[in-house]
Amino acid sequence: MNARILPYVLILPVTLFLCVFFLYPFVLVSQQAFGSSEGGWSLDNFREVVSYWKFPISLKNTLLLAAVVVPVQLALALLMATMVSKMEKGRDMVLYIWTIPLGISDLAAGIIWLAIFEQSGFLNSMLSGIGVIDRPMNLLTYQNPWIVFLAIALAEIWRATAIMLVILVAGIGLIPKEYYEAADVFGASKWKQFTRITFPMLRPSLQTALVLRVILAFEIFAVVAALGGTLFPVLMGETYAYQFDLLNSGAAAAMALIILGISIGFTLIILRILRVPKGASI
Amino acid sequence: MTDATAVDMSTDTRKSGRILYVASVVFLCAWVIVPIYFLLINTLSSPETVNSFPKSFIPEFDFGSLQFFAGFAGMLTALKNSVIVALLTMVMSILIGAPAGYALSRFDFPGKGLFRLLILLTRAFPLPLLALPLAVMFIQTGLDDTAFGLALVHTTLAIPFAVLITFSLFSGIPIELEEAAWTLGCTRLTAFTKVVLPLILPGITASAIFAFVISWNEVFAAAVLTIENRTLTAFLLQNLDTSPLHLKFAGGFILVVPALIFIFAVRKYLFAMWGIANR
Repeated sequence: MNARILPYVLILPVTLFLCVFFLYPFVLVSQQAFGSSEGGWSLDNFREVVSYWKFPISLKNTLLLAAVVVPVQLALALLMATMVSKMEKGRDMVLYIWTIPLGISDLAAGIIWLAIFEQSGFLNSMLSGIGVIDRPMNLLTYQNPWIVFLAIALAEIWRATAIMLVILVAGIGLIPKEYYEAADVFGASKWKQFTRITFPMLRPSLQTALVLRVILAFEIFAVVAALGGTLFPVLMGETYAYQFDLLNSGAAAAMALIILGISIGFTLIILRILRVPKGASI
Repeated sequence: MTDATAVDMSTDTRKSGRILYVASVVFLCAWVIVPIYFLLINTLSSPETVNSFPKSFIPEFDFGSLQFFAGFAGMLTALKNSVIVALLTMVMSILIGAPAGYALSRFDFPGKGLFRLLILLTRAFPLPLLALPLAVMFIQTGLDDTAFGLALVHTTLAIPFAVLITFSLFSGIPIELEEAAWTLGCTRLTAFTKVVLPLILPGITASAIFAFVISWNEVFAAAVLTIENRTLTAFLLQNLDTSPLHLKFAGGFILVVPALIFIFAVRKYLFAMWGIANR
């Protein structure tokens, strides 16, 4: 086949597929969100979801969770990635173990941490084992909002640090070793090497990792459903509730667009903060 | 201070630094494994033990919970649905994604930049949200509540990865190999099937497995798009409020097992695929 046409033939399936299942639904969801019962365009759906009493709480919860979880994950992933880059023995084994959560769904992660935090769970067993408490406490209730928050945050950190780790390890692998050798020659400390070489050179990977993570953080849903249930409303959970419990797909679409808007906003902010100067990439 | 004590001190700090390093590696490994171990204990305990207190830290190897799981109405069907959807996703995302990956690695063509942007855009979107309008579209086309319909949505999730991974895999194979085959009388197609494909097959398998896991783990779209034919994640989510603890834990464990195997199978490719996808 003609080499001029061939690439287009090869990308045609993906393009068609994404048009039908990505761009088109995107148009549909906007139509639904901006539509109203009388037809025509309106902001009724948005007004409705924003003025609902649960909206400020779920927005606050989602943002707070992202604000706590993502920085911890970033620090942890950076630490793990630098640790593994110096490792000689057992590197593959350690990396395998650290990336296991990558394959674990958010629902399963929620259930795993439920095994620890539920009333007859392992945390209570340990606490009573060392004599701190004499009977099991019910930790995940509305009286202990901070423990619910902590359990969800820990489950998220446990589950989703791996994706950042993988991206950062791959990124560190791309940094030429000569830079570190030169730094050694000039007597730079390990910390200085990290702040002056690793961190700036890692900017493209940090960008990818953060964008991906932040978007997923706003989509948090099943971990919360497994651990907090209705105790800890989040945006995605409310979207689900609009669709199924309240059978209001217009409002659900409006919620979806709000989540989308927040995601895009934060993506742009991250890209701006960590922008890679032209010609400075590896 | 003499030189000797200075040397002593530096080996001392190096030694304690080494101990700290090993200790943190071990701690971080335990941080990942111990929660999974707790889930394993609960899964391998009888329902009574799961609901009792305090917990033992050693599994009693009782299959009561797993039996209850298998006997719970609809659970095995849900498990079967999950596998079917994941397999469909796997096949579709590779069949649709791999040609594009090949095109990106081998050709420079007008519109390539735009195409890459479209692929990257899909990755930057909260895609499961698109399941909401698709639910309506599927009802109109009769795809609602079918494994195939859900697999289509999961393929949208998996395709950006399939394209980027196969792109990096094909880029790793020098075009000279193909050119040599052409001079020896192969057509573009036979050169591809006889030279490139055998070399690329393990990598393709890895990215297929990755697509499987994406679909297997997806909760939101699955819960939105299936009603009667629930997948395992959707089924567990729907019954979270009502189901007893031992059912949740056994279900969670069944969800985790493939993940352990799959990550082990693809571990060699895990890093290669992100190294190139970054740029």
